[in-house]
Amino acid sequence: MSRSIRALIPLFLFAGLVALLVFGLGNDPRKVPSPLVGKPVPDFSLPELTDPSRSVSDEDLKGKISLVNVWASWCNSCRAEHQALMALSEIPDFQIVGLNWKDESRDALTVLRMTGNPYDMNGYDPDNTVGIHWGVYGAPETFVVDRKGIIRYKHIGPIDKQVWEETLEPLVAQLKAE
Amino acid sequence: MSPLIKTLFLAAALALGTAASAYTLEEFEFDSPQQQQEFRELIAKLRCLVCQNESLAGSQAELAQDLRNEVYKMMRAGQSKDEILDFLVSRYGDFVLYDPPLKPSTYILWFGPFVLIGIGAVFLLRTLMRKKSTTDQDLTDEDRERLRQMLTAEGGKTDQPS
Repeated sequence: MSRSIRALIPLFLFAGLVALLVFGLGNDPRKVPSPLVGKPVPDFSLPELTDPSRSVSDEDLKGKISLVNVWASWCNSCRAEHQALMALSEIPDFQIVGLNWKDESRDALTVLRMTGNPYDMNGYDPDNTVGIHWGVYGAPETFVVDRKGIIRYKHIGPIDKQVWEETLEPLVAQLKAE
Repeated sequence: MSPLIKTLFLAAALALGTAASAYTLEEFEFDSPQQQQEFRELIAKLRCLVCQNESLAGSQAELAQDLRNEVYKMMRAGQSKDEILDFLVSRYGDFVLYDPPLKPSTYILWFGPFVLIGIGAVFLLRTLMRKKSTTDQDLTDEDRERLRQMLTAEGGKTDQPS
């Protein structure tokens, strides 16, 4: 190795370190990958939010493609996401199943009454009994579940146009073709 | 700061400190001190996912409270420490553990620093060795003679106070 190249080695090392740190800065530490992706949905059964005499369970997630959306009336990002969900509820390819998380049913029902109800059904989980089994640690989170009831993807944070078009829509199309 | 204020401040800090650490255990009852001890150890090993630099034992976040409840329930149901940890890892991933487990995907994390130190040590040694070996060998007798002449010539030219 010639002397001049050797002298540049620290520079290369430094550039590598900078690249690594820049990459690290771009990562959001709040987005913890879910170990549930690729696994069947956890068994659960919850009362339905709008009609507590009915229940929502893992059986309801089989046979159809589902978006399982974790939300709460106290969650601001969920409010921002609501319009997107309303638009998605028009699409017949999948059902939207809500997991109303750590919420008061009265407040949750008010939100649905005032801003519309995009959900085909809603599990009511005020005490986070089911949320823990799904590995939920914030709202909103959205799981994409295939027809066999396998979790295929977890999106953390609100769904917007970009997330839908770039990530979720192609995934749903793929699941539909399976 | 006067000694009195200092003492009061210290007392307040200590009182607050114990209050904060007692908080998380108040709501739970245990059959035995061992069980309580085990519970304490377990929640200290687990990370609160909302406030990521706190353990479940120290966090006041609601999610941490829920998870403490869950750990408590599982413990009361007779599940072992490992079963409880496995359950939480299966839901939240390795990240929920404060100590990352040793497995292929974490090798870099565990061994990376030692590899870097090793590389650094190799470079350091090589540089030191080269320095040592070059100082003597590079100078031939001719060089030494020239050096000596230059030094004496240099000495003759130094400025003298006039």
